[in-house]
Amino acid sequence: MARLVWLIPLFPLVGTLVNALFGRVIGHRAHWIAVPALGASFLASYAVFVRVSGGETYTGDLFQWIAAGSFQTAITAQVDPLSAVMLLVVTGVGFLIHLYSAGYMHGDDGYARFFTYLNLFVFSMVMLVLAGNFLLLYVFWEAVGLCSYLLIGFWYQKQSASDAGKKAFIVNRVGDFGFGLGIMLIWTTFGTLDYGEVFARADASVSVATYTAIALLLFMGACGKSAQLPLHTWLPDAMEGPTPVSALIHAATMVTAGVYMVARSHKLFEMAPVSLEIVAWVGGLTAVFAASIGLVQTDIKRVLAYSTISQLGYMFAGVGVGAYAAGIFHLVTHAFFKALLFLGAGSVIHGLSGEQDLRKMGAIAPRMRVTAVTFVVGAAGLAGLPPLAGFFSKDEILAAAASEGHTLLFLLLLAGAFMTAFYIFRVVFLALFGASRLSHEAAHHVHESPAVMTVPLAVLAGLTVVAGLALGLPSAHGTAFSRFLAPVFPAEEAARGLAVPLVSVVVAVAGVLLAWLMYGRRPVTAEEIAVPKNALHSLLLHKYYVDELYDAVFVRPLFALSGWCARVFDLGVIDGAVNGIGRLVVAWAQGLRRVQTGFVMNYALGMLAGAVAIVAFLLARAR
Amino acid sequence: MLPLISFRAIAPGMALAATACLLLLLDLLPTRGRKDHLAVVGLAGVVLSMILSLGLWGSDERAFNGMVRLDGFALFFNLVIGFATGLVLLLSIDYLRRQGMESGEFYILVLFSAVGMTLMAGAGDLIVIFLGLEVMSLSLYVLAGWFEGRLEAGEASMKYFLLGAFASGFFLYGIALIFGATGSTNLDRIAVAVAGGAARDPLLIIGFGLLVAGFGFKISSVPFHMWTADVYQGAPTSVTALIATGSKAAAFAALLRVLLSALRTVQPDWAVLFWGLAVLSMTAGNVVALAQQNIKRMLAYSSIAHAGYILVGVVAGGALGGGGVLFYLLVYTFTTAGAFGVILLLERDGREAVAVSDLAGLATRHPVLALTFSVFLLSLVGIPPTAGFVGKFYLFGAAVRTGYVWLAVIGVVNSAIAAYYYLRLIVFMYMREPEGSPTVLVPSLPAGLALAVALWGVVQLGVLPAPFLDLAQAAVIPLLR
Amino acid sequence: MVPESHYVALSAVLFVIGVVGVLIRRNPLVIFMSIELMLNAANLALVAFGQRHGTAQGQALVFFVMCVAAAEVAVGLAIIVSIFRMRRRLSVDELSLMRW
Repeated sequence: MARLVWLIPLFPLVGTLVNALFGRVIGHRAHWIAVPALGASFLASYAVFVRVSGGETYTGDLFQWIAAGSFQTAITAQVDPLSAVMLLVVTGVGFLIHLYSAGYMHGDDGYARFFTYLNLFVFSMVMLVLAGNFLLLYVFWEAVGLCSYLLIGFWYQKQSASDAGKKAFIVNRVGDFGFGLGIMLIWTTFGTLDYGEVFARADASVSVATYTAIALLLFMGACGKSAQLPLHTWLPDAMEGPTPVSALIHAATMVTAGVYMVARSHKLFEMAPVSLEIVAWVGGLTAVFAASIGLVQTDIKRVLAYSTISQLGYMFAGVGVGAYAAGIFHLVTHAFFKALLFLGAGSVIHGLSGEQDLRKMGAIAPRMRVTAVTFVVGAAGLAGLPPLAGFFSKDEILAAAASEGHTLLFLLLLAGAFMTAFYIFRVVFLALFGASRLSHEAAHHVHESPAVMTVPLAVLAGLTVVAGLALGLPSAHGTAFSRFLAPVFPAEEAARGLAVPLVSVVVAVAGVLLAWLMYGRRPVTAEEIAVPKNALHSLLLHKYYVDELYDAVFVRPLFALSGWCARVFDLGVIDGAVNGIGRLVVAWAQGLRRVQTGFVMNYALGMLAGAVAIVAFLLARAR
Repeated sequence: MLPLISFRAIAPGMALAATACLLLLLDLLPTRGRKDHLAVVGLAGVVLSMILSLGLWGSDERAFNGMVRLDGFALFFNLVIGFATGLVLLLSIDYLRRQGMESGEFYILVLFSAVGMTLMAGAGDLIVIFLGLEVMSLSLYVLAGWFEGRLEAGEASMKYFLLGAFASGFFLYGIALIFGATGSTNLDRIAVAVAGGAARDPLLIIGFGLLVAGFGFKISSVPFHMWTADVYQGAPTSVTALIATGSKAAAFAALLRVLLSALRTVQPDWAVLFWGLAVLSMTAGNVVALAQQNIKRMLAYSSIAHAGYILVGVVAGGALGGGGVLFYLLVYTFTTAGAFGVILLLERDGREAVAVSDLAGLATRHPVLALTFSVFLLSLVGIPPTAGFVGKFYLFGAAVRTGYVWLAVIGVVNSAIAAYYYLRLIVFMYMREPEGSPTVLVPSLPAGLALAVALWGVVQLGVLPAPFLDLAQAAVIPLLR
Repeated sequence: MVPESHYVALSAVLFVIGVVGVLIRRNPLVIFMSIELMLNAANLALVAFGQRHGTAQGQALVFFVMCVAAAEVAVGLAIIVSIFRMRRRLSVDELSLMRW
């Protein structure tokens, strides 16, 4: 198994290197490197998965990495059912999205660069999942962040794209700061960063306060990476990246790293119950908060972005109430239907020559049949209509919340489910059906996307349909999925009756119906969609003014402060490219370099002064 | 009776010296004006010397009445010096011809300076350190002014020589005073005398202070650093690389041996002194580097700052700190030789491209070179997974472990300041559009080979440092006995 | 007989004279001579201290230093001559092209 495991990251790494070094030569043939690399990686993951289902696990070092006294860390891979599932999702969905990209990015100037980054991302993500200790996890946690930054700003000529990349990077830094501190705290507490050893040593001998601190610091990192309140602001802006990137990184895989990390370290979280409570509540609040914003957005990708934030909230809520398998199950199904929705949206955007505004869409279903059908499947999956995957996984989380006594949280999540059904079918009705609001030119060009793009859509739609039935049917011993993860997570309770599923279906159907009443029953005009009807609508349209708030509280004061510094310390500064403290240091530098007069005399004098000072100092000390 | 001569103990140095003498003869043979073969023979000598060092690995002996030591410490430094010299030879071949200054003596002088360096690394006696220092320095003084007829070269040579000789004066007088206080210049016997109470003798203290001044010059520590920028700027770039890597490593080797083997019993006294020197060097070097527009000058200040970082390890002392110093010097050799190697390949309007602005747009025209340079720069900043990160990690880690937390904090803050000016070069390469005529890359096979070796070193030591760290720490052990 | 401490004192005086010479003179030749004075001060000290400790080692060391000094003279003069060829004047103050 050892060799098989290392093959998984090896293929995308080789793909990255080949495309990075020979990208100029390869140019528009880059997908011939990148896509097979992912395919091979997926096959390796599948082989590993089969072995793991046979009960095998693997933990092994590639090599000793850092050894400083008692601080020893190796490049360790750990494969257990949890990582096997994640590997399968990352490489499988990754493969489909790579395939799709070959069509979507066709003709882009940075074609080879795109696949270089994309392969690099998959490599980093695979390593993140494989990591067998916290340090390696952290390294690749940062690496996927870097890839995300590079890909959001892929079209760096666009100011908004490079700004969005920067925003993602900076907001993530806030979370990663806590994450880093959390890992350091783990090290000082347990004296090791190895998963196995840390979890084995996590017993009552360490105070609850320490566990709480560790858990909350780790969760801070998860909040940044998985765009949870209050660090969610970067994800909607990240939609500036190419759509396959949004599908792969900002929906299916990277943003779920936070959920994975919390599930992976659940032993630590469980030692501090209050931290789990916080995780659940942050997740629940985010779920509703983001869903409500999604209700009114007019950019198709932004709706999906808020939807992603909201669904990540569900996962955290699930993990927070102790239903780890349910949270991870939702992660998997979400990867399917959200990737599907993003790719479908990408296909629509592609068909409309780049149009992303819902106000300028409508009635394109007849001209893009495959896209329309698969998109509706994805939407139904997200809304949680039975028997699609989203129904089963969301239901698991809702049921867990209800049965663990989190009634308020349950109601909150239920409200979120209603909104989810509403906003996604609002998109369906506005974009695919109803009256056409396309510009004349766009209407003329509407076309179905090539097979290289629609085949991944069909595969993902198929997965959305069958995944729930295949893996999520509850039985006396939990679902098939939770049984598979049983070696990693504590056993969950058995089936919980029919009340919760029934309520959730009713709520979802109600949401769909309301969307139909408002947007599907009769044609709507662009003004009706966009113009705020009341204060609440306006509040949602402005995303609760969180960006404005951060701008006012953090960004602008910081700029004001640095502007003030610049004016005050701007003495004799030649290089104007630095601000704040940088200017101060450069001003020093300019002063200090004048000491270097160029005259031998002065140099010799300096040396003499130094020698005298040293001798005087030593003599004074010896006294 | 003649004293017993142990060729074994000086074999690596002898290999270099013999090669240099061979080159003196070969240089007399008529050739078609090319001197490449001399560099190749010189390189063979360097490789031979490194192989001898590896072959002698594990020995621990004293020879020539304790004047010369053959131990892991000396052998480790022989390897560092070997790498530095070899890289410089490779870098020089085409560079000198391009500048119209090719001549056999260049390679001979490089080899003789390497002989001096190995002598310093294996010295067990102050006077041998002095001799090694002078052999090395005298060669370097000449090499610094190699581009005869250029005002900068002459100035660099003259400044280096006058100030170097001035520093030697301090150094030698320091030796004389220590001799006066202890009755010997042998490090072992000085150690005995110091442990026996000579530590409070003002003669010894003054002598030690003067000795530190001499060392401070060679390692370019503040306040003995002022020559550095001018000499680095004026000297031929490959010679600058040699001064920055080999001569600095040799000086640190001798300094470390004096401190750890002769003065270990009074460590608290000198640790405070070097604490101050480290802080001054790091801070002044980094701050002044911020304001430089000439890359060679900038790297000169950067090397002053790096001397400060290395002094952090000296302060920490022991196997941890000493090992950190050795490892960092190896890292620094690869990184710095690589960085100067990149610059030496660039030309603009027929002159050497050494201004920061000359780098503008380099990434689009020469992506591989730009990437290579970026790796070296990132290693200088100390960003993982480059060697510079691991090196700094162990230096500062040793300081923390031995209780010098503030020193480590100052070091880390300094690294942050330093990031600015290194990354500025990367910004220029990748994000600025060139103005005027473009900077061209002058292809050179040997220099490419040198860069590949340096790059290998930086990546290898950054990704898989453990075996080399073990070597470095084991190398310090003989000093601590 | 003159006590050994007098020699040491003389050597210190010579050393200081050398240092001051380096600092105040402008002609590189004279500066260089001052440096030689410093080296010879060290020689004197070595001999005197050898006398104090009753070993010949101090005198042996002096020979090494003299050799080194001779080599230094050769190199130093060569450098000075080459500068003189370019500039036709000898003053270290002119050697300040490179600064800051």
